[in-house]
Amino acid sequence: MCSDTALDYEVAQGRAQSFYARFERKDELQHQTHYCPGCGHGIANKMLARAIDELGIQDRTILVGPVGCSVFTYYYFDVGNIQAAHGRAPAVATAVKRSRPEAVVISYQGDGDLSAIGSAEILHAANRGENITVIFVNNAIYSMTGGQAAPTTLLGQKSTTTPGGRAADTEGYPLHMSELLATLEAPVYIERVGLGDNKQTAQAGRAIRRALENQVRGLGFSLVEVLAPCPTIWKMSPVDAQHWVRDVMEKTFPLGVMRDRTGEAMPKPAAPPSPALEEIPRILGVADEDLPQGNAHAVEGSREVDLEVRIAGFGGQGVLLLGEVLAEAGLDAGLEVSWLPSYGPEMRSGTSNCHVRLASGSIDSPLVSAPGILVAMNEPSLRKFDRSVRPGGWVIYNGSEFPADCARADVRVLALPFTEVAHQLGDARASNMIMLGALLEMTAVLPEASVGAALRRLVKNPRWIELDERALARGRALFREAYVEVGA
Amino acid sequence: MRKQLMKGNEAIVKSAILAGCRGFYGYPITPASEITEAAALYMPRCGGVFVQAESEVAAINMLYGAAAAGVRAMTASSGPGISLMQEGISYMAGAELPCVIADITRGGPGLGNIGSEQSDYHQVVKGGGHGNYRTLVLAPHSVQEMADLTALAFTLAERYRNPVFLLADGFVGQMMEPVEFPQQAVAAPTPGWAVTGSAETRCNVVNSLHMGVDELEAHVGELEKKYRLAEQREARAEEWQTDDAEIVLVGYGIVGRILKAVTAEARAAGIKVGVLRPITLYPFPTAHFRRLALRARLFVVVEMSNGQLVEDVRLALNGARPVEFVSRTGGNVPSHEDLFRYVQALARQLNPGARAEEECLAHV
Repeated sequence: MCSDTALDYEVAQGRAQSFYARFERKDELQHQTHYCPGCGHGIANKMLARAIDELGIQDRTILVGPVGCSVFTYYYFDVGNIQAAHGRAPAVATAVKRSRPEAVVISYQGDGDLSAIGSAEILHAANRGENITVIFVNNAIYSMTGGQAAPTTLLGQKSTTTPGGRAADTEGYPLHMSELLATLEAPVYIERVGLGDNKQTAQAGRAIRRALENQVRGLGFSLVEVLAPCPTIWKMSPVDAQHWVRDVMEKTFPLGVMRDRTGEAMPKPAAPPSPALEEIPRILGVADEDLPQGNAHAVEGSREVDLEVRIAGFGGQGVLLLGEVLAEAGLDAGLEVSWLPSYGPEMRSGTSNCHVRLASGSIDSPLVSAPGILVAMNEPSLRKFDRSVRPGGWVIYNGSEFPADCARADVRVLALPFTEVAHQLGDARASNMIMLGALLEMTAVLPEASVGAALRRLVKNPRWIELDERALARGRALFREAYVEVGA
Repeated sequence: MRKQLMKGNEAIVKSAILAGCRGFYGYPITPASEITEAAALYMPRCGGVFVQAESEVAAINMLYGAAAAGVRAMTASSGPGISLMQEGISYMAGAELPCVIADITRGGPGLGNIGSEQSDYHQVVKGGGHGNYRTLVLAPHSVQEMADLTALAFTLAERYRNPVFLLADGFVGQMMEPVEFPQQAVAAPTPGWAVTGSAETRCNVVNSLHMGVDELEAHVGELEKKYRLAEQREARAEEWQTDDAEIVLVGYGIVGRILKAVTAEARAAGIKVGVLRPITLYPFPTAHFRRLALRARLFVVVEMSNGQLVEDVRLALNGARPVEFVSRTGGNVPSHEDLFRYVQALARQLNPGARAEEECLAHV
């Protein structure tokens, strides 16, 4: 208020407490906003500030400002202020509210911001039922950028980008955001109000206050759409612009309550209290006392280990689990290990493979391009990787007959119908563990205790543990038999 | 501390929570989805917020909100999603908001594929958004580094009030290795500039708008000062057998691992090779390059991209030494066998005398 000039009128309502005493946007004219004379934003700002005052929430309030004519809200509102990117205020407000549930978070947006570029953000914030308050100021035009058409521009309305007037054929119809959002389940309160005359303006004030009150009560998403005059862009006098809101705009955007579930809505339950910091490692499963001690140094000193294994097969054959048990057992035995899966479409198209390394020294690359051992659980996998096996290496192949054209003089082969053996054991799906058993016997690196511990860590079902243990033993026996046979 | 086997993607989330992160806002994408899934599981249990956003655009703007409210927050995505986030990253850099973004890179451009690539280097290291800003970028090459550098990322984000990237590839994200974590979770105090909805913070404003030309230039100048400081203090690289290296192999992430394997083989064959692995991609470890250039004769950059890191290496060396470039793309990985043969050929070119000697021996 200007106190230094003599007033020739009486002040019925003074400046709201929630406005700054001086607006430091410009060096001069610090008692004025940047809004044009007759602009609806000035009125909407004032009613919002007054509602904040009335509810006594100034300290708790965080105003998220948009891009558009109301971009400078942080110059006027003496509350916590966050300026957001164009259209993104509901996303910003979502996280502010979730981060600070005690704060009262307001997303203040224009129609270009909310109904065009930010249409996804408002839709989903509303659909999640975020406990925020949205003030949506609709003047049917992009004003800040000089009068381009908005999704809310009326049919026939001229703008710089609809010079012949908005045509439904090419620009579609005015977007009714409030009606659209009122089709969602989550919002508790949506009302369209106008600034077309004093009566409408008074109702707008009540609606804004209710929308804030809902949030304070913890009820959920509230939105007030305010039909607002823009005399400058509409090229009208402030009085004519106000009448145009009431006489023309309102025909396209009828005023009224689109949603009111404030009566039945229950306050959202508060989040459970956060655990103490000391509990976090345990919750994350990384606390030392909850991790297996392992069988460290079981291998160290006895021999140098450097196993490079490639495991491949159809999805569902347990390719990745075979590799995981091997890696987990290696870790348990105090070795350095790595496990690298193939992932994505390859996995989903039905084939799968993984790289496993176990070493007594540090592992440089986890990629196994020339494996010392190839575990091929089917023929396509064998054909894909058989040439890559290192001279002197092994192929463990799931099939009674090893394809003759895959045979190599410099690679040893263990080819057995592992799936059939697994079926005899009780479940064909245990073939992976039989093959792992053969691999373990062949390499003779890992102590059985480590393999058992790994299995119990990765397989939770006791029936499967029992079966897998038998499968591992069977695999070991099969290798011994075959090896003796080969040796003989 | 005991080690456990874990995927790199999961290690990021656990380390983030231990480092005080209490907000995760994400959108699923292969090969980064495990990060979002682990956050969905653990964040609420630890008193944090998890929201699956409607898009990466929304996710990064949620991060903007969480950071503005003074909460340590992160997101994770891959190439196409990072492209969508660039708007919000620019706003966060402009508004000086800290956050951590993990990019588990896949193949591009466009929909590309979900194979492992390093083709996001330009959009992450150079900044893909508008305006005068930088992001700090850390490039882990193991699951342990996924954990350790995530914790560092939060420290740097807060220290410089700026977004910090973890730039990894699908391999580092998807592979399992033994990893250990600190046994004490960090308490993250609310920064004084945050807007928390309290009387003390009522005067705070989070904003990237500076209307006056001089005002904006001053702001950009302040940001630049931070970046210069980060360049002086935060550059990191690992040097591997570089002391007497004639050929320095350069690569980050999974490529760094492969280059170590190549080095082992090359050293066994008597070739003086070493690895320089940038750990920070911005700030770029220029000093390491200049120092190694005093002795090394040749640098070889290996990338799973069409040549992005190599530009920074050339800038760092500024013509002091020749730079060769080896590229695989599309999800292909340079095998260490191929690279070894390539290095052998380079070594023969560098030392023709040694080659003659070798041939003489072969003819004996």
